[in-house]
Amino acid sequence: MKAKIRKIVTFLEEVSTEMGRNVSPPARRAAAVAVIENPFAGHYVEDLSELMLIGEELGELLTQRAVAALGIPAHSAESYGKAAAVGENGELEHAAAILHPKLGTPVRRVLGKGAALIPSSKKRGGLGVGLDIPLGHKGAAFVRSHFDGMEVRISDAPRASEIMVAIAVTDSGRPLPRVGGLTKDQIKGEDGLR
Amino acid sequence: MPEVQIRKRVVIVEEIFHEGGPMASTPQRRAAALVVIHNPYAGRYEERIEGFMHDLQPLGMEMARSLVKGLGGDPKAVEGYGKGAIVGAAGELEHGALWHVPGGYAMREVLGNAKAIVASTKKVGGPGARLDIPITHINASYVRSHFDAMEVGISDAPRTDEILLALVMTTGPRVHARVGGLKASEIKGEDGLR
Repeated sequence: MKAKIRKIVTFLEEVSTEMGRNVSPPARRAAAVAVIENPFAGHYVEDLSELMLIGEELGELLTQRAVAALGIPAHSAESYGKAAAVGENGELEHAAAILHPKLGTPVRRVLGKGAALIPSSKKRGGLGVGLDIPLGHKGAAFVRSHFDGMEVRISDAPRASEIMVAIAVTDSGRPLPRVGGLTKDQIKGEDGLR
Repeated sequence: MPEVQIRKRVVIVEEIFHEGGPMASTPQRRAAALVVIHNPYAGRYEERIEGFMHDLQPLGMEMARSLVKGLGGDPKAVEGYGKGAIVGAAGELEHGALWHVPGGYAMREVLGNAKAIVASTKKVGGPGARLDIPITHINASYVRSHFDAMEVGISDAPRTDEILLALVMTTGPRVHARVGGLKASEIKGEDGLR
């Protein structure tokens, strides 16, 4: 494994009521977050390919962890998202190198498919910084019931020379969706959008 | 007796491989189970609240079991524990104190009659409030290697008329414990202290 992992934290959320109404079945989502050493902390490096390979590894590992936390067959996951927070000795581009070139392929391999873009966010921050992982339906980005976000934070990360990498997976959309738009049963599944 | 109304459950599992020192042969694992419930006493002073402790017992057992499951399923692997509560703004600290008995006894029962008092903390706070839950060894409070804490919180809880209940378990000492004191191997196990 290329990534030097200090810790992995998984978060599992289950919403069973909202505004006094039952959510049935409960809306469930999970995030797996790895805290890794930033190999390029403290100096400018032109070639970020090592971080891209780390992203590939973490794409598989964290998706497996998140699905395991949900306790569902991987193919029945409905939405997904990814995010990274770079410690203060790193640059935003390090997060981009992990998230964008190679991380998505293993995520989709673990989940069976995933035609839609994996929505992402990134930031630089200190210990305990909150990361809002955007969520979108894995088959069609325009499914409005599944536009969502999941906040995660780890009190002792990222240290200055670390990066936090997060992947979130759900088995459902928002708890009580009612703002219209494309629904999941209307997905055509041709272009990852609708 | 008021019914326990659950809005949301969250389980957080941390796996700690190192903290700048040698890689742990067995990574330390810590888990927190958080449940957000409606505060049946929110918004008024109620003299007699003790009965709610009884109502919370099944929830305590459920949370304790979910922690053992999150840590791999073997109760014998659990070495540390703690508990806490955050009461939303329309409640009082005393409502948080209702959690001491059902939370503590549930963990002891699930772990096979652990002897040490369950370390605890509580406060009144708003959505996103963070709580540092103290952790001590399950059979002897003075085991220094197991003095620990886990920070938890949920971005949208507790709302003003809610209580966030928390239980925490760990599988071992701090990852690089080396400040001496009573060792887990030296526990006499008579009084829950040493």
